[in-house]
Amino acid sequence: MADPAAARVHPLAVLGAGSMPGAGATLRALPPACRISLRADPQVAAAIAAAIGLPLPEAMCRANVLGARAALRLGPDEWLLIGPEAAGESLARVAMAVPGPASVVDVSHRSTALEIAGPRAVAVLGAFCALDLDAAAFPVGMCTRTLLGKAEIVLWRSAAECFRIEVWRSFAPYVWNCLEEGRLEFFI
Amino acid sequence: MSGAFRTASGGRIDRTQPILFGFDGRAMTGFRGDTLASALLANGVHLVGRSFKYHRPRGIVAAGSEEPNALVTVDRGGGRLTPNLRATQLELRRDLKATSQNRFPSLDFDIGAVNNLFSPLFSAGFYYKTFMWPASFWKHVYEPLIRSAAGLGRAPTEPDPDRYLHRYAHCDVLVIGAGPAGLAAALAAAETGARVILCDEQSEPGGSLLAETEARIEGRPAAEWAAGVARALAGQDRVTVLPRTTAFGWFPDNLIGLAERVTDHQDRPDPRLPRERLWQVRAREVVIAAGAIERPLVFPGNDRPGVMLADAGRIYANRYGVRVGDRAVIATAGDSGYRAALALLGAGATIAAIADLREDPAGAAVEAARQAGIAIRPGTAIAGSRGGHRVTEASLRRIGGSDRVERLDCDVLLMSGGFTPAVHMFSQSRGRLRFDAALQAFLPGKSAARERSAGACNGRFDLEGCLDEGFTAGAAAAKAAGCGSPRTRRFARAGAVPAPGGFLGAVPGTGKGKAFVDFQNDVTAKDLQLATREGFRSIEHVKRYTTTGMATDQGKTSNMNALAIVAGALDRPIPEVGLTTFRMPYTPVTFGTIAGASRGMLFDPLRHTPIHDWASEHGAVFEDVGNWKRARYFPRSGEDMHQAVARECTAVRMAAGMFDASTLGKIEVVGPDAATFLERMYTNAWARLAPGRLRYGLMLNEAGFIMDDGVIARLAPDRFHVTTTTGGAPGVLNHMEDYLQTEFTDLKVWLTSITEQYAVIAVQGPRAREIIAPLVEGIDLSPAAMPHMSVQTGQICGVATRLFRVSFTGELGFEINVPADHGRAVWEAVLQAGAAYGIVPYGTEAMHVLRAEKGYIIVGQETDGTVTPADAGLDWAIGKAKKDFVGKRSLSRPDIVAPGRKQLVGLLTHSPQEVLEEGAQLVADPHAEIPMRMIGHVTSSYHSAALGRSIALALVADGRSLLGQTLYVPMPDRMIAVTLVAPVFYDQEGRRLDG
Repeated sequence: MADPAAARVHPLAVLGAGSMPGAGATLRALPPACRISLRADPQVAAAIAAAIGLPLPEAMCRANVLGARAALRLGPDEWLLIGPEAAGESLARVAMAVPGPASVVDVSHRSTALEIAGPRAVAVLGAFCALDLDAAAFPVGMCTRTLLGKAEIVLWRSAAECFRIEVWRSFAPYVWNCLEEGRLEFFI
Repeated sequence: MSGAFRTASGGRIDRTQPILFGFDGRAMTGFRGDTLASALLANGVHLVGRSFKYHRPRGIVAAGSEEPNALVTVDRGGGRLTPNLRATQLELRRDLKATSQNRFPSLDFDIGAVNNLFSPLFSAGFYYKTFMWPASFWKHVYEPLIRSAAGLGRAPTEPDPDRYLHRYAHCDVLVIGAGPAGLAAALAAAETGARVILCDEQSEPGGSLLAETEARIEGRPAAEWAAGVARALAGQDRVTVLPRTTAFGWFPDNLIGLAERVTDHQDRPDPRLPRERLWQVRAREVVIAAGAIERPLVFPGNDRPGVMLADAGRIYANRYGVRVGDRAVIATAGDSGYRAALALLGAGATIAAIADLREDPAGAAVEAARQAGIAIRPGTAIAGSRGGHRVTEASLRRIGGSDRVERLDCDVLLMSGGFTPAVHMFSQSRGRLRFDAALQAFLPGKSAARERSAGACNGRFDLEGCLDEGFTAGAAAAKAAGCGSPRTRRFARAGAVPAPGGFLGAVPGTGKGKAFVDFQNDVTAKDLQLATREGFRSIEHVKRYTTTGMATDQGKTSNMNALAIVAGALDRPIPEVGLTTFRMPYTPVTFGTIAGASRGMLFDPLRHTPIHDWASEHGAVFEDVGNWKRARYFPRSGEDMHQAVARECTAVRMAAGMFDASTLGKIEVVGPDAATFLERMYTNAWARLAPGRLRYGLMLNEAGFIMDDGVIARLAPDRFHVTTTTGGAPGVLNHMEDYLQTEFTDLKVWLTSITEQYAVIAVQGPRAREIIAPLVEGIDLSPAAMPHMSVQTGQICGVATRLFRVSFTGELGFEINVPADHGRAVWEAVLQAGAAYGIVPYGTEAMHVLRAEKGYIIVGQETDGTVTPADAGLDWAIGKAKKDFVGKRSLSRPDIVAPGRKQLVGLLTHSPQEVLEEGAQLVADPHAEIPMRMIGHVTSSYHSAALGRSIALALVADGRSLLGQTLYVPMPDRMIAVTLVAPVFYDQEGRRLDG
C-alpha cells in the first residue's frame, strides 16, 4: 500500500485533468500550497512580516508578492499567506515564534487554488461573480473575499488577464464546474 | 416567391436568403430579416390566434413587443417548447415551426368561440359574480373550471435542454433603447470614455429609424446612419452593444435586469452558446430612450384580423417590404395615419380613405397624402367594421353629423390613436409621472433613481428633438458618472416633422358591438363602464375587477384608453383617476433566463469529504446533510438498511468501527483571550481546562435555548480546537464573530474555520486503541497518558495529526484529525490495520443508533430551538460558578423554570420489536376524548442491535417525574404503550469508554 504521507488526493485531481485549454480563458488547478491564516493587529503583523521576510500589504484588499510567496490582506486584521509547500512549515514556525497577540493557523488543506487566465477571464468570472472586474475597479494585485455563484472564494487578480481563486476544498468542484460552464461559449 | 404581399423591392430583409417556415403545419416562405409576423403578412395571413375569453379570431396588431394578439408557441424539438412568443419579435429562421394558441381543434374552427355567443355572461367581474355560491362548489366545480380555462399557451412538459447563463456587468452609463435618442446618448457618453452599455429589444439597433425611408441624418439615410453609429459604438473597447436585449426590470441602486435572446434567431445555434442570458447591470447612470407605443382606437369590431396599428402597417411596408393589404381604410387621430397611408401606397396598396378625427388636419404629411390623391375625411370617426376571419368593410361616420355611415370595402384597417410614451422603466425606477395636458400623456416627472429620459418616451416625437435630447442626456449621464463632457454635436437632419395628435378613450358616435380596449384579456369599453357603474372608482380597482392591463403585455396598448374611458365615465380628469403601477418585467422573461446556470450540478454546491470517493467506491448509501453528502450506511451484498446498520452497530460494540466525521464543523480559536471568549460563548467552564484535555461544550442562544454543541480541545493556553455540529458550523462561526465584533471587542482572540483543513476519522470500539497503535508515532496512547477526553498531537502514518480520545458511541474511541489531502490514505491505512480486528466502516445511521443507546442528544433532533439545557438533562454542562455566558439570564426566566416543561426521557415500547415513529405524539390516557392532550413527542427512535429491541428518546412534559409510568402513542390504527425510562439504555455506568 502507498505511503499515506505521500499519497495525497487533490480536490481537483480529476476535474483539473480534464479541462480543455481555450483561447478565451484557460482554467487550471494550481498545485498544493502552504497557506497560513494570520490574524493580528497591524503592528504585531508587521513584526511577524519582518521576521519571515515577507512584507505585508498595507492597503486593504491588496496582495504583496515576493518570489513564490504572497501575502493577501483580506481584512483590517487578516492576512492570507501563501507559499510553496516546502517553505510552508518554516513560514508557519517563524510566524508562531513571533511574540504578541496573534493567531496563526495552518489552512493549507482547507482551500485549493485554481487559475483562470486569458482575454475572456473577466467575462467568464462575470457569469458568476457580481464584482466589477474592470481594470480600474479591480486592478492587478487586488484581492478580496467574494461569492462565485453560491460559493465563497478569495479572488486575486495576479496579472492583467489572470485571476487566482482560493476556495474551500469541498466547494472547489462546484466553482470549477461553474467556470467551465462560463468558458464554454468562448470556445466558439 | 415569399408571398403575394411582398413588395418588389425595399425593406431591410435579405431577398437573397429565402427561408422556409411553418405555421400551424402550413409551409410558407419568408426572407432573412423577417419576423414571423412580417413573413405571415407577406403570405397574406392575418388570422394568427384566438382571444383569451371570447375566442374571437385575432390578427397581428403591432410590429413590436407591444403586440397583444399574435402569441404563438414555438417548438424547436427535444423539449424546446416556448409558448406565448410574440410573432412580431420572433425572427424568422430556417425551419421555424410555430403554432397558434388558444384554439381547438384549429384556428379556423374553434369550439371555444361559442363563448362569444354567451358573451353577455362574461361581463366585467364575471368570475366574482359567477363562481360565488354554493361554497362547496368551489373546490370540485369552480376551481377546476377556472383552471382549465386559465392561462395562455401550454407549459412545456419536458425538461428544457438549453443552456442559460447570467452575466454581471457594471457601467457608467446604461442606455435603454437604440433608437435615435438612444444612439445619440450612447455616442455622447462613449465620447467621454465612459463605460457604456447600449441595449435594445430589436434584432438590430436603430429603433424607429429602421422603418424610416425619408429622413436623412448627417447626410445619410437614417437607417444607414443608425447602422454606422451602432457599428462604430460596438467597435469601442468600453462600449457594449446588446441587440435582442430587453431591459425588463429596475432594481434598487440602479441594478437593471436585461434579458438577452442569444440564439433563438439562429438557424443552427452552437450548443456551447447559452440560449438566453440574464444581464444584471449596475449602472451609475441610466438613459432611458425606450420610445413610444401607438394606441389603437376603441371602436366596435376593432379586433378583427386585418385591423392594425397604422405605424405597424408603415413598418411592415418600409422595413419588411410587406403590403399588409391591398385596400386599406385608415382611421387616425394624427399624422401617423397619413405616413402609413403613403407607405402603403408606395407598397402598392389602394387607400380607400383616411378618416381623421381632427376637424382640420394640416401639415406636411396631410399635404403629401392629399398630393398623392388619397381621399381624406376630416372630422370623421371609425364607427365599426365587418368581416369574419378578416376585416372586409369599415364604416365611417361624420362626428356630430347624421347617423349616416359610409361603408368602405377594405382588407386592412389601420388605426392610430396617437403615441403613448413608454415610461415603464422610468416608473419602475420609482420616478413620479406627470400628466402633460398638451400631449395628453403621462411623462417622466420627478426622478427617484439616477436616470434621465430622452426622446419619444420623454414626449419628444420629432427626429431632431430626439437626437438632440438623446445626445444631451448621454452627455449629462456621463458627466454625472464622473466621466467628463463630450464636444457638442448637432445632428443635421432632413425630413418631415410629424405633428403630434392623438385621441384617448372610446371613439365617439360609434354603434353597437364590442369595442376592445385590452385585446389580450378581452376587456371592452363597456366592461370598464360597467365597472364604474358598479361603484369602482380607483383605476387600481377597475383594473383588477375587469382585468384590463393585466395580461402578459401589461396593457402596453390599452392602459391609456382604459384610463380615459374610466375618467370619462366618472367625469373626472385623467390625472385624478391616476395610473396603475408599471411592474417588471417589461416583456415576459423565461424561467430559464432567471434560473441561469443554476440547475443540475450547478444548482447548489454539493460538498464531498476527502473520504467520499472511497465510500462511493465501496457502495455507501449517502444522505444529504446540509450541502454535504454523508455516507449513511455501507450495505454488503444482500443487506437492506436495517441489516447493514445492525451489523455496523454490532461491530462497533464488539470490535471496532470507523466513521467519516470530516463534516463536523471545526473552528480554531486563538489568542490570549481565547479561554475568556469561550467562557462567554459556551455554558461550560474553560479557564481551568488544561491544555491537552477535551470538554463537551454547550452553546445557547440569547433566549437560553440550545443552539449547538460539540467537543472542544485545548491545544495550548491560547489555542482551542472547537468542534460544532455539521449543520451548525457556519451559524456557530457567525454567532461567535457577531459577539466578538460587536460585544466583546476588548478580547484578543481570533476565529478561523478549519472545518475543511482536516479529514476526521472516528475509530470507535473496544479494539480501537490496538488498531491505531501501530500507525501512531510520537503519541503515548496508554490510558494513563491519554485518558478519555484528551488530545495529543503527533503523527499517524507519517502524517501530522491532532488525535482526540473521545467517544460519541459510548465505546473506547479516537478521532483522528489529519490534513484533508491525506484523509483517504489514512482512512485506508486504518481500515487495513483494523481488518484483523474486524473493523467495519459505519455510516451516519449507525452513528445515530449508537449515540441514542447512550442517550447523547443530537442538536436539531432532540432539540428544536425551544429546548433548554435542563430540558435536555444537560444541567451538568453549565458552569455554575460562571458569572455570565450567552443565554444565562434567560435560564432564570419564569417560563424556563416553571414546571411542566418537556424533558428528555427514554421510551421502551411494551412490545419490544415495535419501532416508534419519530415525531409521534404521547398521551397519558388512551381513552381520552379526541382531541387528546398531547404531553410529549418522540425525537429519536431506532431498533437497537445491542439491546435486541427498540429504543426511543422523547421530550415529555415533566418526563423525569414520570419514569416507570406508561404512556401511549396514538397511531391511526392503534395505541402503542410505552414505559418511560432514563434516557441511557446501554452501559449506564460508562465503563466501556475505557475499552
